[in-house]
Amino acid sequence: MQKLVRTSLAGLLSSTIIAGAAIAAGTHPQTGEALADDQTFIYRILDEHSSVDPQVVEDVSGAEIVRDLFEGLMNQDEEGNLVPGAATEYTVNDTKDVYTFKLRGDAKWSNGDPVTAGDFVFAWKRAVDPELSSPYAWFMELMSIENAADIIAGDKSVDELGVKAIDDQTLEVRLSAPLPYFPQMTTHSTTFPAPQKVIEEFGDAWTKPENIVSNGAYVLTEHLPQERSVRERNEMYWDNDNTIIDKVVALVINDENVALTRYLAGELDRTEIPAGQYPRLKEEHPEEAISFPRLCNYYYTFNVSDSGPEAFKDPNVRQALSLAVDRAIITEKVLAGGQPEAYTFAPEATANFTVPAVEMASMSQAERDELAKELLAEAGYGPDNPLSFQMVYNTAENHKKVAVALSQMWKQKLGVNAELANMEWKVFLEERGNQNFELARGAWCGDYNEASTFLDLLQSDSGYNDGKYNNARVDELLTEAKTSDDPAPLYTEVERIIAQETPVIPIYHYAGVYMMDSDVGNWPVNNVEQNWYSKNLYKIAE
Amino acid sequence: MLAYSLRRLLVAIPTILLLIVACFFLMHFAPGGPFTSERPLPPQVLANIEARYGLDQPLWKQLWDYLYNIVVHFDFGPSFKFKDRDVNDIIAQGFPISLTYGTLSFLLATSVGVSLGIAAAIKHNSWIDYFAVGLGIAAQALPNFIMGPILILTFTLWLGWLPGGGWNGGQWQYLIMPVIALATSYMGSIARITRSSMLEVLNSNFIRTARAKGLPTRTVIWRHALKPTLLPVVSYLGPVFVYVLTGSVFVDIYFSTGGLGQAYVGSALSRDYAVLLGVTILYGALTVVVNLLTDLAYAWFDPKIRY
Repeated sequence: MQKLVRTSLAGLLSSTIIAGAAIAAGTHPQTGEALADDQTFIYRILDEHSSVDPQVVEDVSGAEIVRDLFEGLMNQDEEGNLVPGAATEYTVNDTKDVYTFKLRGDAKWSNGDPVTAGDFVFAWKRAVDPELSSPYAWFMELMSIENAADIIAGDKSVDELGVKAIDDQTLEVRLSAPLPYFPQMTTHSTTFPAPQKVIEEFGDAWTKPENIVSNGAYVLTEHLPQERSVRERNEMYWDNDNTIIDKVVALVINDENVALTRYLAGELDRTEIPAGQYPRLKEEHPEEAISFPRLCNYYYTFNVSDSGPEAFKDPNVRQALSLAVDRAIITEKVLAGGQPEAYTFAPEATANFTVPAVEMASMSQAERDELAKELLAEAGYGPDNPLSFQMVYNTAENHKKVAVALSQMWKQKLGVNAELANMEWKVFLEERGNQNFELARGAWCGDYNEASTFLDLLQSDSGYNDGKYNNARVDELLTEAKTSDDPAPLYTEVERIIAQETPVIPIYHYAGVYMMDSDVGNWPVNNVEQNWYSKNLYKIAE
Repeated sequence: MLAYSLRRLLVAIPTILLLIVACFFLMHFAPGGPFTSERPLPPQVLANIEARYGLDQPLWKQLWDYLYNIVVHFDFGPSFKFKDRDVNDIIAQGFPISLTYGTLSFLLATSVGVSLGIAAAIKHNSWIDYFAVGLGIAAQALPNFIMGPILILTFTLWLGWLPGGGWNGGQWQYLIMPVIALATSYMGSIARITRSSMLEVLNSNFIRTARAKGLPTRTVIWRHALKPTLLPVVSYLGPVFVYVLTGSVFVDIYFSTGGLGQAYVGSALSRDYAVLLGVTILYGALTVVVNLLTDLAYAWFDPKIRY
């Protein structure tokens, strides 16, 4: 058996150094910075979270809370590297389809019970149980856990899930296919343990503050729906001595401009910066306005299925439209938040992903425009026969600005008539999912830090492939990548094909654009998934 | 009057039933469902979820079960979005908040509006009149979505006196801005209606008679002019009361009060059917009751009206 403890150096350092010294009163044990007396972190969330049940939660703000309340097998450090969580190490067999996790012996639930392998088995079975019907059941399927798909479909019993507690400290997971990035996926909230006794006692109400029991660094102490949720230090957490932040408050503020005002009035430690306001705020508050790359893309997808327009079946047309998009205008003038321009589908920030040298990226905009005109003329469109189509986006001010900019670029450079249409979110999803569109906006944030989380969208049988792009070679490469030890070259080739055939127009990759109080220490700006843990933050004395 | 009230309440039952049915079908015909998401669920998972909430049943059956549960168990169903709460929980949590600051706004708008209107009419064409009219028009021109940002910029950002949002159990500092934001435009309308009504009453024959027999002005105003003046105001106040409770959507969202308006809009956007229906029924029932109370109030203000 091959031993594979991929504990990063940074992770080792932080756990050993912190573990060695108890926190001296008032100073940070590593950096020596003076700590604030009040270790409360207050941040804004856009909307009420869906749930704090690890197997049920489906939104980002809910997952952020769950990540503080519960601890999965592995955690991420500030760079996004894997570090031990509830498990201290793992091993994998030679065929890479059986992973064995060793759990730490000192981990406890907030009621004092030990955290055991059985808690994970219970949680994972729960995640695929048709009775719970978790909206993230598909994630267990994506993790290739043995029998997950059949159990979700109701064809097998939950007891047949490929996960077993060898003893209290040993968890064995069997996969239906070798999956090199399996351990990365255990940082996802769906895989966090769940307290069986409490769930059986309280049913759906187990997540209420008065009932909940959790194994993470924090416990939920207050929840006022649509207003705030509060989590406070879990005295039973195995690493409680090294946790600095005492209390974390998430305030629901729907309107981002109100949130910004309240931030400026000193009520919040963190909030998002509305589009276009970053340059001004950066000038006025250089220490506080921050921007860093995130693991999300923003694109427009062509409908290349039978219901799509004839014109879009011609790769020349698709490429011409992509070439004519001046990404710099969108990122610098419209959004102005430090977003990277996109010429590939997967963001450059993706781990182990080398951005291929696609031709378009190295051309000047003038060259691109020239080529776009040629390609469009070649496809038979010009002043006498202008190309017309409809582009849809979901109703939102930012999307509208981008859509207007795109349609203007196409109009001025290529004489193309793009008619704009916006739809309310759910209607938009329905129409796009049913291929009732010509050109549609799309955006995707990685579920895990690996290029396949993006590129799989372009696989012909993917449920998320709304444009119905279909290329046998792409499918083949992506399938091969699933089990490959070094998938990077395969992804590079996929991107090359996509750049050539242009089933999508990548516009930009997201940036996290925040106002962050300068007294917040250690915010993980380099963690592109923005998987942050309050236990790693601290407040510096002002 | 009791018989009249009972009759009105009985008529309300089919009205609300009709409201439920119309809302139910409109909701289900809107594209997208509660579980439509950016990451489309695998068909099997979707089927599991729909079975769990009974959404796999035919529509008439869903409607029937829904009505049955309301009538028999007073259960308005689960929320599809918030898994650990049902509609009863959501209403129980949000409605008291909406009711509190809605009522306060109503009282503020009515008391200030009526006082301004009366003062303006009594001192017709004086500086008080101009001031009141000017203030009334200005207030009316400031709907809550303009007042919100003005208040928050002034009192939270510049002066730093008041918290920019939240509820905090209804502590007074948290109440001031939502109440003012919601009250101003209604206050303006009430002042205007009161003023013109009062002016008309003051010119009528019975007031001239009252003055002619030598009654002091105060008695003329309070004993004889006030009641008839308020009649058109009351007919306006009924709908206003419903508006401040239901039309507080913006205020809820802007000041993050946690009131029902947020749940209402949120449930419509996320297709959280049961929550949307539950809140609609509540608002519908409220409208019926307030309308009845308004009608009953007429009889008190105007002896010519009898039920």
